[in-house]
Amino acid sequence: MSTGKNQLFNQKIQVMNNYELMVIFTPVLSEEDFKSAQKKYQDLIKENGGDTVASNPWGLKSLAYPIDKKTTGIYWILEFTGPATINEKLKIQFLRDEQIMRHMITRLDKYAVEYNHIKRNGGFPVHKAVEA
Amino acid sequence: MAKNEIKYLTAIKQEKPKKKFCRFKKYGIKYVDYKDTEFLKKFVNEQGKMLPRRLSGNSLKYQRKVADAVKKARQMSLLPYVTDLFK
Repeated sequence: MSTGKNQLFNQKIQVMNNYELMVIFTPVLSEEDFKSAQKKYQDLIKENGGDTVASNPWGLKSLAYPIDKKTTGIYWILEFTGPATINEKLKIQFLRDEQIMRHMITRLDKYAVEYNHIKRNGGFPVHKAVEA
Repeated sequence: MAKNEIKYLTAIKQEKPKKKFCRFKKYGIKYVDYKDTEFLKKFVNEQGKMLPRRLSGNSLKYQRKVADAVKKARQMSLLPYVTDLFK
């Protein structure tokens, strides 16, 4: 019996979760640096067993309040899947990176995934589906 | 007979006030997006504070989700923590 239980624990089933990452880079970043930073973190996610679903660079945007005495920031949003261990590794890198002013990783539930999928493909056919 | 007549000091309200509804339940919105600031602005007042449930009409379940979304938006500097003459 005990061995059976241990087997269950030892089985390394990696549950893949859906996450969304939002990063604010400093506004002094050049276009090329911005792109290379995006690529760097996407590669990092891939190395740790995750995968990119969608990347959406918002670009330069004014902040609602100043962060580090700056009134603008470069926003980048990335939707990805991965095991739960990925977040700590990403967080360490984000905190080390001086180009990043702020970051946030949100876990997406099934409704959020659906919402993002519809939004990416344009239009909201939700209401029609309810009526039909 | 005059004794039995009931007299009101103020006129009785004939029309009932319109009942508030939860827009999430009515329109079938399942997820509150923290990135959609235009939508979240409907749930905050001019100072950037969250509106209470008795004003917004949200059900408890979605009021919680709206609160989470507003807080996330504030952290990422999409909405202000405190302002004046917001909107």
